[in-house]
Amino acid sequence: VTVAYNKDTSPNKLNLGVGAYRTEVKWDFIFRGLESCVDSFRFVSRVKEYLGITGLADFNKLSAKLILGADSPAIQDNRVTTVQCLSGTGSLRVGAEFLARHYHEQKTIYIPNPTWGNHPKIFNLAGLSVKTYRYYDPATKGLDFQGLLEDLGAAPSGAIVLLHACAHNPTGVDPTLEQWEQIRQLIRSKQLLPFFDSAYQGFASGSLDADAESVRMFVADGGECLAAQSYAKNMGLYGERVGALSIVCKAADVASRVESQLKLVIRPMYSNPPIHGASIVAAILKDSEMYQEWTVELKAMADRILSMRQQLFEALSARGTPGDWSHIIKQIGMFTFTGLNSEQVAFMTKEYHIYMTSDGRISMAGLSSRTVPHLADAIHAAVTRST
Amino acid sequence: MWRLQLIRKPWRCFSTSAGVRRWFDSVGPAAKDPLQAVTEAFNSDPFPQKINLGLGAYRDEQGKPLVLQCVQQAEEKIRGCNLLDSVSAPVASATLVEECVKLVYGRSVNVVKEKRFAGVPALSGTGACRLFAEFQRNFFPESAIYLPDPTWTNHHNIWANAHVPVRTFHYYHPHLRGLDFAALIDDVKNAPDGSFFLLHPCAHNPTGIDPTEDQWSEISNLFKMKNHFPFFDMAYQGLATGDVDKDASSIRIFLEDGHLIGCAQSFTKTMGLFGHRTGCLSLLCADRDQAVRVKSQLQRIAGAIYGSPPVHGIVLLSTILGDQALKSIWFKEVKAMASRIQSMRAKLRERLELTGSSLNWEHITKQVGMFWFPGLTPEQVDRLAKEFHVYMTPDGRMSMAGVTTSNVRYLANAVHEVTKCR
Repeated sequence: VTVAYNKDTSPNKLNLGVGAYRTEVKWDFIFRGLESCVDSFRFVSRVKEYLGITGLADFNKLSAKLILGADSPAIQDNRVTTVQCLSGTGSLRVGAEFLARHYHEQKTIYIPNPTWGNHPKIFNLAGLSVKTYRYYDPATKGLDFQGLLEDLGAAPSGAIVLLHACAHNPTGVDPTLEQWEQIRQLIRSKQLLPFFDSAYQGFASGSLDADAESVRMFVADGGECLAAQSYAKNMGLYGERVGALSIVCKAADVASRVESQLKLVIRPMYSNPPIHGASIVAAILKDSEMYQEWTVELKAMADRILSMRQQLFEALSARGTPGDWSHIIKQIGMFTFTGLNSEQVAFMTKEYHIYMTSDGRISMAGLSSRTVPHLADAIHAAVTRST
Repeated sequence: MWRLQLIRKPWRCFSTSAGVRRWFDSVGPAAKDPLQAVTEAFNSDPFPQKINLGLGAYRDEQGKPLVLQCVQQAEEKIRGCNLLDSVSAPVASATLVEECVKLVYGRSVNVVKEKRFAGVPALSGTGACRLFAEFQRNFFPESAIYLPDPTWTNHHNIWANAHVPVRTFHYYHPHLRGLDFAALIDDVKNAPDGSFFLLHPCAHNPTGIDPTEDQWSEISNLFKMKNHFPFFDMAYQGLATGDVDKDASSIRIFLEDGHLIGCAQSFTKTMGLFGHRTGCLSLLCADRDQAVRVKSQLQRIAGAIYGSPPVHGIVLLSTILGDQALKSIWFKEVKAMASRIQSMRAKLRERLELTGSSLNWEHITKQVGMFWFPGLTPEQVDRLAKEFHVYMTPDGRMSMAGVTTSNVRYLANAVHEVTKCR
């Protein structure tokens, strides 16, 4: 998509393909606090020794607190092992390889349909077999809750289940808290192992705590789970590959053994993780002023996306575009699954220079107040032309 | 109040922990990484004259890690650059690969000029090897990897974790403390045609023993006859002899003989870029089209492991290698590091010979690179640690980079003490 977009010479071209945050005016987001932080981190480069295999200890502790909550009993009981990894991808891969090696139950992971394109690749190459569970209902453009419960209910005992902590990618469809509770009960009663992918904490609702509720719910019941965290989007650190994998175990001694085995997965993969990005994140998380600044900017990012959703919905309503477009404001996070088909998408690209993935997914972050009307026109034309 | 809590956090009251499965109870404790164990033992030792010769990381005359000038200047140069925009990384990656390839194969060789290489930035040497191992498993699923005996311990883990069977070939001759060339040639001959071999192009880790140029030529010819795939793990270019071209001569012999080579490049030790995890993996191809296809596969495999390497390290390395002035500074600095190590070898040998030891210490100055491999027994290694507070990896490998003019005499005496009854 990006290649085609770059080649297009139209002044009206719009790239809604890539999942990176864009501000109203600048085309790339850098959390403002990051800039001063990055600058003060030149000193890190002055000491160029290896990190340990599990990475920066401070970063790991702070990341665990961020996702599980500062007062998490699991953390207080020392039942959590956290290792620094290369963004979400690296965290998922390390977790998956660990499970493929040490998990004696089903080496099968159930992923939602649809999910991030890289998920099946990561798990397959790590040695897990991959199955799917129903997730998105094209008819409602919402959650196929019944299908989800049925499919997870039918999964063999011990299977691993991948859950998007919030802001499901690509659909933007999240379970409600009540639905999450039902999912939790089902997973625990069926003895399934939850593996969370948290790539948008803070970004989805604007609240770091609210966006971690699903994970915390599972940890609160005392059970075990895995959680992969990425700082690519919520700290704008795409390039620096900063992430963490936390494994919540039943007891402290188990967590310690698990950590020793994680090291054996990591060392033959890349020996130890990169220092730069993690140092920046740790500095921000532990400084209350910078942390505050960050939460404020996160809320602003989330609010801007919410406002884009609202504007697009209103623009389509104003044009009388046929169909129910309420899913635009019901879905959450960076992406909207518009429900447009590949033919309509191709039409929008050709005639209106709108670039998006052929599954009809658009990145709301790629929109601005200025470009919303153009997109609305394109959608309207695509939907009304053949009917 | 109980009711209020019920409404606010209903799930807390429905804990099912009594019936919740414990998945990880059966996970056993992993064997500690030998290097980490050494470091921990060293760190907890209160003896003031203790010496850490475990980690293969360069130390200066004061025993401190060195931040190279070229790196500091490069950091200044990229300061204020927006490294997080979408343009930096691809441009820097391309520069990195191009410069790395030129550095190891030579600037003006055809394969470089004609762009017949598939190259990607990698997570240092480990990452480059692992990426190759995964590629090997994917496209040559029946193949095994032949590793020299001995080799860096992590090589075994890397290919094993990539599910590629590991075999070894003879390399070190314990009595000669030199290369077991005849046995090496035999093993290369007896391996099935088209086998994959991992070779250390210079400064073999852990032995410091490298084939001569003639021996490399012979190996290269035999590889041609057997159609073997040569994979080079280049971790010490510049640090072995002080001359980056000389240190790459083995690879260039193979290149001239027409082999399509694979090469992992690491800059952690030669540039002190430990924390940034920056290196390169390159595979030479038959033509440019093939190179494009192979590169796309490497990127696909990397995409499922970590996505891409961190941009800071990529920009740093590409800045140093891509800037003539900075690169010249680096050449001087790596030569200085190599010289210091060589002078420590000479001093250590001199000191050992002065102890009146009856043993032959010639190998100290014959071995090349960062490591000294004296062929100690486990008992001797143990004594060195417990009695003399000298730490090294369990195989008796010592990092010469940790030797300084102030500790060389102590070290010589310690080694003499534990070896003199032999």
